[in-house]
Amino acid sequence: MRNVLLFALLALVLAGCSSGNWGWYVVNPQTKTGWTNITFLLSGLKYTLLLSLTAICISVTLGLLVALPGLSSRRWLRMASRTYVELVRAVPILVMILWVYYGLPTLTGLAIGVFWAGVIALALSDSAFEAEIFRAGIQSVAKGQYEAAYSVSLNYVDTMRYVILPQAIRRILPALGNQLVYMLKMSSLVSVIGMQELTRKANELVVTEYRPLEIYTVLVLEYLVLILIVSAGVRWLERRLQADERG
Amino acid sequence: MTQTEGDPIIRFEGVSKRFGDFEVLKSIDFEARQGERIVVCGPSGSGKSTLIRCINGLEPHDAGTITVEGVTLGRGKAAPARVRNGVGMVFQQFNLFPHLTVLQNLTLGPIRARKLTQAQARETAMRYLERVRIPEQADKYPRQLSGGQQQRVAIARSLCMEPRIMLFDEPTSALDPEMISEVLDVMVELAGTGMTMIVVTHEMGFARKVADRMVFMDHGQIVETAPPEAFFTAPRSQRCRDFLNKILNH
Repeated sequence: MRNVLLFALLALVLAGCSSGNWGWYVVNPQTKTGWTNITFLLSGLKYTLLLSLTAICISVTLGLLVALPGLSSRRWLRMASRTYVELVRAVPILVMILWVYYGLPTLTGLAIGVFWAGVIALALSDSAFEAEIFRAGIQSVAKGQYEAAYSVSLNYVDTMRYVILPQAIRRILPALGNQLVYMLKMSSLVSVIGMQELTRKANELVVTEYRPLEIYTVLVLEYLVLILIVSAGVRWLERRLQADERG
Repeated sequence: MTQTEGDPIIRFEGVSKRFGDFEVLKSIDFEARQGERIVVCGPSGSGKSTLIRCINGLEPHDAGTITVEGVTLGRGKAAPARVRNGVGMVFQQFNLFPHLTVLQNLTLGPIRARKLTQAQARETAMRYLERVRIPEQADKYPRQLSGGQQQRVAIARSLCMEPRIMLFDEPTSALDPEMISEVLDVMVELAGTGMTMIVVTHEMGFARKVADRMVFMDHGQIVETAPPEAFFTAPRSQRCRDFLNKILNH
């Protein structure tokens, strides 16, 4: 299925090469300008990756820290977790980016660079969803597992770390992979505050070259390839962990 | 240990427990002495599982006093580590950790809670796996074992914590008939070592063989307690006679 899709896209692009509407010269690697343009476009990859990966690491950690009190027997802890999720989930990502970049420095008096503003905004937005995923995953582990951990004297942290989370994470891995893909795509929004990632690079090149069709098509392909690689990686990890459990 | 020989190792005084509106234990008085082997039976919903789950604080009690090895358990909260360390528990559904190998199941508690080294924990684990007669399964995962083998692993996992009291909550109820005896054999052997054991079970053959005392529960109360011979031949209460008739006559 994936291969078919890729093939169809390539066919479309190749067909475009010969038609009069396309001007592939802008990104033709055989010409000097074309090559310069391609390297310019690809130079955003580093930031897209760095931004998304940093943000996902923070949001997964934050999500777990929000999910755990959400499962507490104490009402105020559950309320705090619930409030965080509902509040953060209600803010559109673009709005979050603008607020963190332009608003937060005024509020705190601390200057935040574009990169960290992007990371914070994406991580915050995503953390609410990660929290919900963790909550569902942890709740899916049978009560008997807690009881067994209790009866071999494990404390709360060890119970979570060695018994509950390893089982929960295996089950939520597809959902976590989904969030990573989502994060890679959402990182394009950080271009609005000037982050030099893939989308920003494409925008800048469009302004100088006036070839939006070709340049944005390349941008689409960049995200497509990136995400196909990530998906394959997540699938591999899933298979490996399942094999692990089967022994 | 402040315990002297013959003192009750477990003591319940007026212990009550309710789930919502349902009073599952009604002012229970109960004692077990060091090395005593007690079989608890009764119809389902009689509170027998809850009774033993209160001993290690898995089910915190609401009223009355529970003392285990001289430590009084707090109402409405988990038991202190000192009590949990001394009390092992075997469940009806085994509750092995599915993502860990047999050996890892056995060493997790000793390493994390008893602070043994990897090597010490491994040695202890292998010793108990020998004792439940499945040392060759050490590197398998629980799902690769039969029910009887899984339950024996669960028993070994509890023993690895070197408990002084072992609780069994219907350990053979989830097993196919042909696997029951392999688990009971291990339990009989354990009874021979002088371990204090409290077993909730309907296996009356096992009860006759190893129990020092039978406890019959119904509707959240201990209705009758007697040595096995007296219990099986001359039950005093009508409820107990009815129960024994039902489970023994078919």
